[in-house]
Order: sequence, then structure tokens, then C-alpha cells
Amino acid sequence: MLHVLAAQDSGELVQGLTAVGRGIVYGGAAIGPGISIGIVVGNAITAMARQPEAAGMVRTTMFLGIAFTEALALFGFVLAFIISG
Amino acid sequence: MILGLDFPPISHAIEWRDLFGTHGAFAINKVVLLMWLSVLVVAVFFFIASRRQQLVPTGVQNVAESAVDFVREGIIMQTIGKEGLFYTPFLLTVFSFVFVCNIWEIIPGAQMPVNARMALPMLMALLVWVIFNFVGVKNQGIRYLKNVCFPPGVPWPLYILVAPIEFVSTFLVRPLSLSVRLFANMLAGHLLLISFAVLSTALWNSTKVGAVLPGALLIGLTGFEILVSALQAYIFTILTAVYIGGAMHPEH
Repeated sequence: MLHVLAAQDSGELVQGLTAVGRGIVYGGAAIGPGISIGIVVGNAITAMARQPEAAGMVRTTMFLGIAFTEALALFGFVLAFIISG
Repeated sequence: MILGLDFPPISHAIEWRDLFGTHGAFAINKVVLLMWLSVLVVAVFFFIASRRQQLVPTGVQNVAESAVDFVREGIIMQTIGKEGLFYTPFLLTVFSFVFVCNIWEIIPGAQMPVNARMALPMLMALLVWVIFNFVGVKNQGIRYLKNVCFPPGVPWPLYILVAPIEFVSTFLVRPLSLSVRLFANMLAGHLLLISFAVLSTALWNSTKVGAVLPGALLIGLTGFEILVSALQAYIFTILTAVYIGGAMHPEH
């Protein structure tokens, strides 16, 4: 297997592995924020349904929570572009 | 090449030719022109809106007043409180400028969000960093640093762990995450629209029928990007307000 890989054009191999690495970086970075945004929004909806008069305040805080959580996924997105072969 | 489709490399999607002026870092390209246009749009919009003020607003004045009202009631009163109203002009400018810079993403002919290049988000994040630290030092003096690094209500051995984390997260990660959030959201939206446009064009050229689904998705995503543009402007402004508010009152 390794001999076959070594026989390939090494530039192509690096290119392919870079693409795989980019996919893994962004995919991995999206797992945590994906789950957490679900938790944040779900709890915000529960809070709004229980107390509709506090909806404005809850919405503001929800967007703040989303912004802080989402930043991690976006770091992964940027990092995926920074990786080069 | 994916599935026989030729997607442009990312440098073709966001890097533009130097149009005129000097070369290198000070060259003028499409993104810079759009940024100047955004400044002009925001300035002219608020100038026209405030030129003939009426008690019962109509037309442009109505839009401008609802924008001011949104920043006052929706952002400042929710995060800082009454004493934050001093920052209304600054936050309103930030909100409208970021929004206009973002909305170029879906304007036909422009179709390039200015914030999809790192320069402008980084500059604005550094500006926000300077302002909230200035507000903190002005309101709390030298105790600002102590209040940031040593939040009260923590058992003292934990300060060994908490103080460096708080320092790094306040002074280093805040500007980074503020700029990267805006930049990456706009870049992702731009690439998403490009991908679907390329897909629709390729399928239209080969099969005609196959272009219906990606074409419909492209229209839907354009609408979604309007939402994202407004939301990112809102989030950038509200985080600025939160940072200024946090610098005004120490945590207790």
C-alpha cells in the first residue's frame, strides 16, 4: 500500500491529503457548536413559551449565546482554508 | 473538479484585479470601491433623512428613525442600560455601515461582501477594542485591569487559573473572535452562493431540467443571505455594546 502511495506523484498525494485534512478540520469544528446552538435555541424557545412577556430579553441573550458558540465553528472554517499542502 | 464540475479556486472568488492607483497594499480594487460606496450610502442616507425633520416622519425619515429606535431600544437598553445612550451615534454608525457592507453580497453587479476580506472586520474589531478599553480605563481607572482579571466570587486558589484565562479572553480573543465571526460568516455565504451559481449554470448547460432544484435553492439562499447580513450586523453591534457595557460596570 505504501509502495503504491509512494509511486504516485507526491504533489497529487499532498493535494489529496490536504483536501481530506480540510474536511476533517471543518467537520470536527462544527460538531460542538452544532450541538450547542441547538441547546441554546431550544432553551430560549422553552423560556419564551413559558414567559412570552420576557421574549425580547430572551431573544437578545439567545443571539449573544449563539454568537459566542458559533465563533468556534467559524475558527474551524477559517483554519480549513489556512491549511495548505 | 468535483463530479465533472469546475469550481473556481477560492482566490478567484474573493481576489480582485487592481483597478487604478498604486500597486501593492494601497491598490484600489472592487472591494475598496464598494467600501467607499458604503460610506457614501450611509452618510447620504442619514443626511437626507435628517435634513427636513417632521414631527410625523414619512419616507426616508421613517426608515432612519426606526433604525435609531432599533439601536436604542433593541441593543443599548437591552445590554448597557440608560447610561449607554451616549454611544448611540457610534453603535448606529457601526450597525448601518456593517449592514451596507454586507448587503453588497446580493446586489446584482456588486455581489461581493466587503467584509469577506479580512481587512475591514479586523480594523473595526481593533477600533472596538480600543474604545472598550478606553471606556474601561476612564470609568474604573487602573482597577479596570484588576476587575477584568480577578472577577469577584471566586475562591482565591482558582485565581491562578482564572486570571490568565480572563486576561487572554478579554484582551486577545475578543477582537479576534469579533472580526473572524463577521469575516467567516460573509465569506461562507459568498462561497455558498458561488457554489450554487456554478452548479446551476453547469446543470443548465447540460440538462436544463436538472438546474431547477439548485436554481430554486440559489434563490432561497439569496434570501437567507439577506437575513445573515442583517443578523451579523446586529451581532457585531450588540457584542460591541456588551463589551462597552462590561467595561463601564465591573462585574459583581
